[in-house]
Amino acid sequence: MGTGASVELIAMTKSYGRTVAVDRIDLKIPAGAYCCLLGPSGCGKTSTLRMIAGHESISDGDLLIGTSQVNDVPPAERGTAMMFQSYALFPHLDCVDNVAFSLKMRGLPKAERRERARAMLARVQMTPYADRLPAQLSGGQQQRVALARALITEPGVLLLDEPLSALDPFLRVKMRAELKKLQTDLGITFIHVTHGQDEAMALADIVVVMNNGRIEQAGSPREVFNRPRTAFVARFIGGHNLLPPSLLPADGAGGFAVRTDRVAVWKAESGIADGNVAALADQTIEATVQSLEYQGETVHLSLDVPGTESFVVRVDESRFYSAPIAVGDRVLAGWRRQDVHPLTA
Amino acid sequence: MTVSAPPTASGTGARPARAASRDRRAWSLRGWLPYLQALPLALVLLVFLVVPIATIAVVSFWDYDSIRIIPDFVLTNYEWLLTSAVTWQIYLNTLKFAALAWVFTFAIGFTVAWFLAFHVRSVTWQMVLFLVCTIPFWTSNIIRMISWVPFLGRNGILNSALIGAGVIDQPLEFLLFSDFAVVLAYVHLYTLFMVVPIFNSMARIDRSLIEAARDAGATGWQILWNVVLPLSKPGIAIGSIFVVTLVMGDFITVRLMSGGQSASIGTMIANDIALLQYPAAAANAVVLLLVVLLMVATMLRLIDIRKEL
Repeated sequence: MGTGASVELIAMTKSYGRTVAVDRIDLKIPAGAYCCLLGPSGCGKTSTLRMIAGHESISDGDLLIGTSQVNDVPPAERGTAMMFQSYALFPHLDCVDNVAFSLKMRGLPKAERRERARAMLARVQMTPYADRLPAQLSGGQQQRVALARALITEPGVLLLDEPLSALDPFLRVKMRAELKKLQTDLGITFIHVTHGQDEAMALADIVVVMNNGRIEQAGSPREVFNRPRTAFVARFIGGHNLLPPSLLPADGAGGFAVRTDRVAVWKAESGIADGNVAALADQTIEATVQSLEYQGETVHLSLDVPGTESFVVRVDESRFYSAPIAVGDRVLAGWRRQDVHPLTA
Repeated sequence: MTVSAPPTASGTGARPARAASRDRRAWSLRGWLPYLQALPLALVLLVFLVVPIATIAVVSFWDYDSIRIIPDFVLTNYEWLLTSAVTWQIYLNTLKFAALAWVFTFAIGFTVAWFLAFHVRSVTWQMVLFLVCTIPFWTSNIIRMISWVPFLGRNGILNSALIGAGVIDQPLEFLLFSDFAVVLAYVHLYTLFMVVPIFNSMARIDRSLIEAARDAGATGWQILWNVVLPLSKPGIAIGSIFVVTLVMGDFITVRLMSGGQSASIGTMIANDIALLQYPAAAANAVVLLLVVLLMVATMLRLIDIRKEL
């Protein structure tokens, strides 16, 4: 198999007339990395991917794959391959011919290209279905064929446009693991567009959170989750409470974030609750419990903290039931100062 | 009313029997209902399709002389038809027209549909251009045909222009009242019947397939040949059926545009009718019907159009 290629975006811009879909983004993806472009729909992540693939012209800025600038190089000569959102399998060709398509375009003889296609189908465990038409396959099977078709050109970079969004949740988790394994085995660079933060967390070496055509934050999943740079990232990545600047005396013009599982809650009248977290909390606020949700491992409590849109506390299930709290109770919520970090506006 | 004790013995005995008979009546009505619903269409087809064709088939076995037709069962109509060299020649000639008309309507229709489907970006413009294509249909076939006459005639616009420009010094004779003129008229009249179904097929091609092909390194021609053409096949088949059946059954175009110098099966049947030889015309019609059905069946065998309907 080929080796991965690095991808570098330098002030890359996409504009359609007046509207700017991608606004001067800079990003460096090392060779062999799994990169997830994460963001809500319309944030520019798909446009970015399509520019890297060569299916969308680059309005301004540069794109480097490996060491060469490829702004105007046609898709097939960039060393990239794309897996489309709806898989885009050719409905009139069976799996083998679908996978062999790019070899046919290069003029390889029929026997050789079909043999190589079969080998690639074996790699994605699709040998028993090799002679079927795409319409006779399930979503997961179609995806494997699409994957095989993309990989047969031995690309240095594989581009995946929401590859898991058409699958049911169970299959999604399964295919997610297979994608990660494949990427590790092949050692090529994957750039994966998704709007699911759990997907990005599970797969990526680098998560790139995008919003309004700009990169809000890029970093390892752990970094992004533990130190979201902006309120948008904290909100999108989930698991955080956003506190307004007024609530805390320290610096932080853009407000603060604290993880929902790093907040302790105890009844206001009991003074101090169970020893563990509560005792260590050095900042507290008083609030009323709005609602309770039992989630299995944890219990989610919604509190009405003034100045916040929502304030959720995630409490370990057994700890919650050792000192139960009911809806309407006055409670104190507290956290350690080191768990709070400031956001930029 | 309150729900109380379980039904008494007599109640349980009488009720199922009545219910069963009611069910039976409902059941038999339900069984007939689909047929009732299909009845109006079946009647229309019977009166306007089956009966006329059956009549033609029956009359094709009748006898005739110069002044009347005689109910009978004779095979002479078919015998004369199929053993005459003229018949075979005319059938061949008609097939030639059909083939030529098909080649040109397909080439033009496919190109126009391709342009509309893949090169016109906005749906509004697609619709506008589509309507432009239909403008010739706002007037009758015959007027559209006749309007070629002053253009193509010996002293027509085209010849005058060519002579005036010094390209030729003798008027081109083949332009009008020739096979050329007949095929030209067919192409003019029927190209839209190719454009519409092929455009319809092409419009359904997922644009990401084109991108996927380009991603795999296909050139424009390779995309056309390997992706667009195979996926347009149902539309091509439907358009071909239109064009071929229209040309096979036509007589007015041949008569007008060839100036009576060429013949088709249609003109042959028209001549029989003009001579009041209805049984001969009927026999010819039956043979033509079978030939056309055979051609359509062959096309349907080659291409599956079901997903297009």
